[in-house]
Amino acid sequence: MENKQTPLGYVSFSVFAWIVGLLIFFPIFWMVLTSFKSELEAISIPPSFISFDWTLENYVEVQERSNYFKFAMNSVILAVGSTLVGLVFAVTCAWAMAFNPTKRTKDALLWMLSTKMMPPVGVLVPIYLLFRDWGLLDTRFGLIMVLFLMNLPIMVWMLYTYFKEIPTDILEAARMDGATLPKEIIFVLLPMAVPGIASTMLLNIILAWNEAFWTLNLTTSDAAPLTAFIASYSSPEGLFWAKLSAASTLAVAPILVIGWFSQKQLVRGLTFGAVK
Amino acid sequence: MSTRASTLTGRIMSAPSIIVLFLWMAVPLGMTIYFSFLRYNLLSPGMEEWIGTLNYEFFLTDPAFFASLANTLLLVGSVLIITVVGGILLGLMLDQPIFGRGILRLLVIAPFFIMPTVNALVWKNLLMDPVSGMFAWIASLFGLPAIDWFTNAPLTSIIIMVSWQWLPFAVLILLTALQSLDRDQKEAAQMDGAGPVSIFFYITLPHLSRAITVVVLIETIFLLTVFAEIFVTTGGGPGLATTNIAFLVYTQALLQFDVGGASAGGIVAVVLANIVAIFLIRLIGKNLDN
Repeated sequence: MENKQTPLGYVSFSVFAWIVGLLIFFPIFWMVLTSFKSELEAISIPPSFISFDWTLENYVEVQERSNYFKFAMNSVILAVGSTLVGLVFAVTCAWAMAFNPTKRTKDALLWMLSTKMMPPVGVLVPIYLLFRDWGLLDTRFGLIMVLFLMNLPIMVWMLYTYFKEIPTDILEAARMDGATLPKEIIFVLLPMAVPGIASTMLLNIILAWNEAFWTLNLTTSDAAPLTAFIASYSSPEGLFWAKLSAASTLAVAPILVIGWFSQKQLVRGLTFGAVK
Repeated sequence: MSTRASTLTGRIMSAPSIIVLFLWMAVPLGMTIYFSFLRYNLLSPGMEEWIGTLNYEFFLTDPAFFASLANTLLLVGSVLIITVVGGILLGLMLDQPIFGRGILRLLVIAPFFIMPTVNALVWKNLLMDPVSGMFAWIASLFGLPAIDWFTNAPLTSIIIMVSWQWLPFAVLILLTALQSLDRDQKEAAQMDGAGPVSIFFYITLPHLSRAITVVVLIETIFLLTVFAEIFVTTGGGPGLATTNIAFLVYTQALLQFDVGGASAGGIVAVVLANIVAIFLIRLIGKNLDN
């Protein structure tokens, strides 16, 4: 299939590929474009592509009328909070599994993976009731715990595959030189593990940010993140497309950027190291 | 390396994660199983009683169960076919020399990062609306009548939205696998006069088989529990047309407050997911040995 050697072949294949790519990207492009239109122009037929009055009023209105900022803060707190809590647990666990493996390590890893296979509806009822009884419904703390636990297997797995790649000779050398365990972790292991930890954090932030089962079912207003905020547009009043687009653009923009930066590491994290 | 002391440290350090995960999964699951044998409705508190397998009998003989099971299978199956076939084609495309390939790849994988509620509402309104949507306008250019997607083809609409979201996942993984394909092997086959089609079927596809399996298994696990897209667009309707198992359990639990029935449904969903999970875990376990 290396038959695109001629310049003409290269150009025409590039054109073809770009058309396909732009078609796939089109819904996002259209959403961003619509967010700069007035509500009337947003529903006009034929649709206007460039020749409309570009406006920022939707962005202003989304903030003023529905307090977008509160939901965005919740999203940030939930995503970052669950990632940081997860990191504390996952780094120690993955470190132990990678460098002090036991006979059971493999079983433990696979068992962790299997918890990820559990469909959330299987535990929706008890979690909902426990949250209700413990007063955790619609609290950030409760959701951080849920998101942290939901993604913990992925974090452990991803860190494990990264830690496995760190040469153990170096650790042994450090031990010979009398490095204690905390020193070994802080001065030897962590610097080498930073790229892996960073991409694990990014993947976890993406997953937590976009999580839309627990966030929709366990929140009403106080702890509701952007997923729930956008969902409130499913039963709107009056014209709302431009405002929906503005709110959506703001909701996906940060994660799109993070996602683009971590696309390669994503494969490893989402396939539990099965595809690298 | 694994002295007794280091083994002990290893156990102590991995214990917290294992314990919290165990509590998170085993305790609620145990409760779900227990509830599934009770008559338990939130509207009549204090009336809980043991009714054996009655909830399962009701759930499994409910026409809604068969409708939602059929919807679930249709949704999972269609999205799998679309994303795997599309993923292979797009993967092959992006593996070629293309002007601005890096940027093009970013565009293609972008849908994966869009949160499900945004995905659903943008498609439902901006694109699929029968009056002002983009598709209606495109149809009118060709003199065709607009399709009222969510009235006439609700499940198809959901399938399209979910496929759009998961296509990039398949592309990313299959592209990664394609890039590890041995170029020499392909060149040798070309020297021997193999055409692009036979190279694809005899070299590329076998090489991709593992990655395809991974895509199928992981997507299945997520697709079995599609929820937000249905929640914000159709609410499971019209009728039961877009209700999948996950959504059915949700309506029983949080809309009808039937804890017992919903728990039985939840356990059925767990069993279904586990059938897939067993294969995936075996596959990944094998990989761990290498």
